[in-house]
Amino acid sequence: MLNQLLFVALPYVALAIFLVGSIYRYLYKGFKVSSLSSQFLEGRQLFFGSQPFHWGLFFLFFGHLIAFLFPSTVIAWNGQTVRLLILECASFAFGISALWGLFALITRRLTNKRVQIVTSKMDVVVYLVLLVQIISGLCVAYFNRWGSNWFAAFLTPYLRSIFVFDPQIDAISTVNSVWLKIHVVSAFSIIAIIPFTRFVHFLVYPVDYLWRSYQQVIWNWDRRSIRTSRAHQVGEKSKNN
Amino acid sequence: MNIRSQIAMVFHLDKCIGCHTCSIACKNIWTDRKGAEYMWWNNVETKPGTGYPTKWEDQETYKGGWEKNGDTVSLKGTGKFKGLKNIFHNPYMPVLDDYYEPWTYKYQDLFTAPEGDDQPIARPVSLVTGEPIEIKSGPNWDDDLGGSPDFARKDVNMEKLTPEQEAMFQLERMTFHYLPRICNHCLNPACVASCPSGALYKRGEDGVVLINQERCRAWRMCVTACPYKKSYYNWHTGKSEKCVLCYPRLESGQAPACFHSCVGRIRYLGVLLYDADKIEAVASCKEEELVDRHIDIYVDPFDPAVIEAATANGIAMSTIEAAQKSPVYKFVKLWKLALPLHPEYRTLPNLFYVPALLPGMASVQDGIYNSTTKSLWGGIDTTRLPMKYLASLFSAGNTEKVADVLKKLMAVRMHRRGVTVGDLKADEISQAMKETNLSGNTADEIFRLTSLATFDDRFVIPPAHREESIEMLENTADVKGNTGFGFKETPARGL
Repeated sequence: MLNQLLFVALPYVALAIFLVGSIYRYLYKGFKVSSLSSQFLEGRQLFFGSQPFHWGLFFLFFGHLIAFLFPSTVIAWNGQTVRLLILECASFAFGISALWGLFALITRRLTNKRVQIVTSKMDVVVYLVLLVQIISGLCVAYFNRWGSNWFAAFLTPYLRSIFVFDPQIDAISTVNSVWLKIHVVSAFSIIAIIPFTRFVHFLVYPVDYLWRSYQQVIWNWDRRSIRTSRAHQVGEKSKNN
Repeated sequence: MNIRSQIAMVFHLDKCIGCHTCSIACKNIWTDRKGAEYMWWNNVETKPGTGYPTKWEDQETYKGGWEKNGDTVSLKGTGKFKGLKNIFHNPYMPVLDDYYEPWTYKYQDLFTAPEGDDQPIARPVSLVTGEPIEIKSGPNWDDDLGGSPDFARKDVNMEKLTPEQEAMFQLERMTFHYLPRICNHCLNPACVASCPSGALYKRGEDGVVLINQERCRAWRMCVTACPYKKSYYNWHTGKSEKCVLCYPRLESGQAPACFHSCVGRIRYLGVLLYDADKIEAVASCKEEELVDRHIDIYVDPFDPAVIEAATANGIAMSTIEAAQKSPVYKFVKLWKLALPLHPEYRTLPNLFYVPALLPGMASVQDGIYNSTTKSLWGGIDTTRLPMKYLASLFSAGNTEKVADVLKKLMAVRMHRRGVTVGDLKADEISQAMKETNLSGNTADEIFRLTSLATFDDRFVIPPAHREESIEMLENTADVKGNTGFGFKETPARGL
């Protein structure tokens, strides 16, 4: 019953909240779709927290994504022990980096008065779930070795079954690693709270900057079309409104 | 030819009395809000001095503006690769302490303090944390050379001076002038180019550079990219903000608040037409050509070919007429009296300065302070501010450019002195006029626009035709009453 709740109900509830909440927030609360940067109030300590934290999570996120999407490729890569060790050590290092960064960020929030002023209640929740998520992940990596190998056997089928609306929880519920279960549950909790926290900022990572032209000039209106048209509203609305 | 219209500005530094009325007018309208207390979209600096934020001109630290990169230009500290790489922590971003920590006083304590032997005092408290603070700096902390060993000496433009030129630091020779600064609404804005989320844009109609508050995602790159440090981060809303050139006032035909309130009447505003096809080539030209080619990008609004091209681009005839009457066109293009501030940042700023023609100098001879000069006004070679210093501000180090302007200003003065008092030798005047290629009529016109210009002469604002434009954006009935500046929501990111 508990397994049904944690591994079937929670994921669907979390994904539904994430989808509806994020789209709603983007469309109707556009002003708040960002992280409230505090670098302006404190810059130096932020460097030692933010950089290792974000880069650690950046690589871990894509690592998990690749393991989920292309499990056979990862297993093939792990065919040689050396490669397996490289992959596992690198992932563990990124995990440590993220954890170190998170501790530095929490210390900064706790000790810097200016940063405390711009800290909301949900920021505390964010820090707590991130702590649980990163520590449980590191524990899985340490106590249940070579996750990149068994990921395909235990997690991929489960996750895939969630996404194809045919939940299969046999594999995940029979795993005897508490850390793994914590890791999965807290991962879905994070997904659920994305629309309500500063987590939203990663959804709007500005990749489109890469192909946009540097300068942007926007005309609010085309005078000639106004003068020649009899319609109440002419053409498309301008981009800045 | 791709003609666009730009609202451009001229500040006449000889007339600036440093009263800060402009700053206050701006502050009262735009930045008297939580998170914006430290911002001065308009500020007046004392030069030499370190400015606001401290040493903003030091691009080795702040990495603002563009740098020449072969045939084109690239952003110095931001851009596609550097910007996205540094998005988690921007190493070149100024922090609050580089500006100053805003504060207020606990005035209530004056009334509620218990009776005692001492006068109650109102202690300063930070407007960020609300805690008592010790005030270390504030707006215009170095006003009028206050603490000049700390501030004037550290002026970034001083680094290029020789020890002899630094002799200006002798007490008797000390001098300063004011430098009012607002956003330059550049033709090649680095802030727009640096914004990863595309929130910044230049308005096509009048060239005002704006930040869309709904699209700003607090990546903070514009703060670094603007070499003039005129994009500010609001720590409370998590949005960057900048001078909007009072566009709601402009659209209704009024001068921006800082212009309107200027006591010394130093400010001029008008339309310049420019050729947008040339922007990249001009921004990436050789440093010694920058000023000339920048001024060349503005075109003659009387030229029939220009008028035709402008009309084809949808520029209204009323705007072209405004361009023909523009006082900025006269100062910048016709008379070549106004120069851009720090053209070497390559943003092609649209705010031009008439450099201050400082009064004749005094010197110390054998320990005696000697204030007599042979001529009525000392020559421009003996200005108390070294020419090299002025050149570092206004012409990317080219002293000839500044000297030309100062010579012209001097010739106009001599001409007018000849007209009104007549105690100068006629050949001395005609010599000065000849050297600077000025006719008596032009000199009179310069004099008139400098000294006697009325409100309508100084501000020639093109009609915005807002009565037509608004219907493109909104159903006017829906937004009745929704005017003014402010945020519709609180900035909280959580519940």
